[in-house]
Amino acid sequence: MEKSKLLDPFEEARLSKGYGKMNDQDDPVTMILRLKDVRKCAHNWKAFQSGATPGRIVVPSEVNIRDTRQIPFEVDPPLHKDYRSLIEPWFKRPLEKEYKQKLTGQIEAIVDEVIAKKTVEVVQDFSLRLQSRALTLLLNIPFEESETWIGWGTHVFRSEGESLDADKANLLYDYIDQQIIKAERNPGNDLYSMLLSSEVNGKKLTHEEVKGVMILTFAGGRDTVINAVTNSIAYFAEHPESLKQLRENPDVTGKAVEELIRYFSPLTHMGRVATQDTQVCEHAIKADSRISLCWASANRDASVFENPNDIVLDRKVNPHVSFGFGTHNCLGATHARQIMNILLVTLAKKVKSIEILDYTENIEDLEEFKRKVGYDSIKVNFNAL
Amino acid sequence: MAKITFITTENKSIILEGTTGSLMQLAVDNSIPGIDGDCGGVCSCATCHVHVHPEHVEKTGEASEIETDMLELNDHYNEYSRLCCQIEINEKLDGVVLQVAESE
Repeated sequence: MEKSKLLDPFEEARLSKGYGKMNDQDDPVTMILRLKDVRKCAHNWKAFQSGATPGRIVVPSEVNIRDTRQIPFEVDPPLHKDYRSLIEPWFKRPLEKEYKQKLTGQIEAIVDEVIAKKTVEVVQDFSLRLQSRALTLLLNIPFEESETWIGWGTHVFRSEGESLDADKANLLYDYIDQQIIKAERNPGNDLYSMLLSSEVNGKKLTHEEVKGVMILTFAGGRDTVINAVTNSIAYFAEHPESLKQLRENPDVTGKAVEELIRYFSPLTHMGRVATQDTQVCEHAIKADSRISLCWASANRDASVFENPNDIVLDRKVNPHVSFGFGTHNCLGATHARQIMNILLVTLAKKVKSIEILDYTENIEDLEEFKRKVGYDSIKVNFNAL
Repeated sequence: MAKITFITTENKSIILEGTTGSLMQLAVDNSIPGIDGDCGGVCSCATCHVHVHPEHVEKTGEASEIETDMLELNDHYNEYSRLCCQIEINEKLDGVVLQVAESE
């Protein structure tokens, strides 16, 4: 039962002082660790802004590899709301029947494939492919395009090491530039075309603004979805009784999705820049310095979650912050939840058991803390029901 | 069987009948605008925020501490705020009137 565990490296710091420290490329970050503090800071966008220099609220900082502002993610209210209202209906499409049917078709097909293959390296052969194919639905573009993205590998911004990689980032940015130009010349029913034909405050979105939305869409939902899917496979490998529980009581699925997402916290934290001298849990935060809202720590806060380090599949009250909190909560959450929901239903329907053969953990280096976020690779056997 | 009235942000009254499940689920199943229930009812997303009519607070009971912690940071919070995923339908709720809160 150890292989699928994600330990909580923040507990001691969360209890004793409520924050941690990271230097991150000489632009230090104070990591906020308690759920209440994380929520308060996320809510207080005036004191803790997102609209700083593009790339600065991301940890590790992307200031040196990106000039394009991600939209609406790196924009503060009130302009944030104008962008968000424009984009939000598109990102709610995963609730539509047709979208759900197509996504179910995709996920059933890939689960059938891995069952037939039996032995599979989950990250490359399952999660990356599942994520890339599902993204064609979110963008409403042809399925075949997913082959290009699968070819990029698991990280958009990182090469095989964990450090930021400008060349790799440019590959994505250049690709998006080309796709925007293509949609300008030949508009269709895809996300690029929708954005290009849209106005915010009476002005058509510029190429750079469309690019900002698209970078967010590609980057925000890649590692996160891949980790959530991979970690789910590892969890079910060690908990076949949970697959049985979902099979016998499908009503639990929605709660199970939220609980897995809480436990995995696929995005460890997200930064903000202080606009004034202030404090969080009696710790001084200087104007123009960075904090991070540590979702992964907040999700293990024992003052809110009973048995926070256990996966309780039918946890009834689960106020997790895996999708963030407040103004900037995750735009892709509807898509991500739908993927997880259909994945769980499909695994319960088709898979009897999974065995882990071999694995390498993906450990995030947060200086003071080392956190397992998933796996670099994990080889398993799938056994059909 | 309980009769439940939702008043939308556009002041439209919609009367529903329910027997089991949460008020959020009832609202979502009947497409009440403004009640999204994104997290499926585990008190994590705050997209099922309602204001209980003051004279009906006894029917619904009060919010738990965890629920209040979520609600307090909402721009449209007041003392009658509830997340309706945390209210189970039962006979006691009959006649309750809920105003759907503005979204943030």
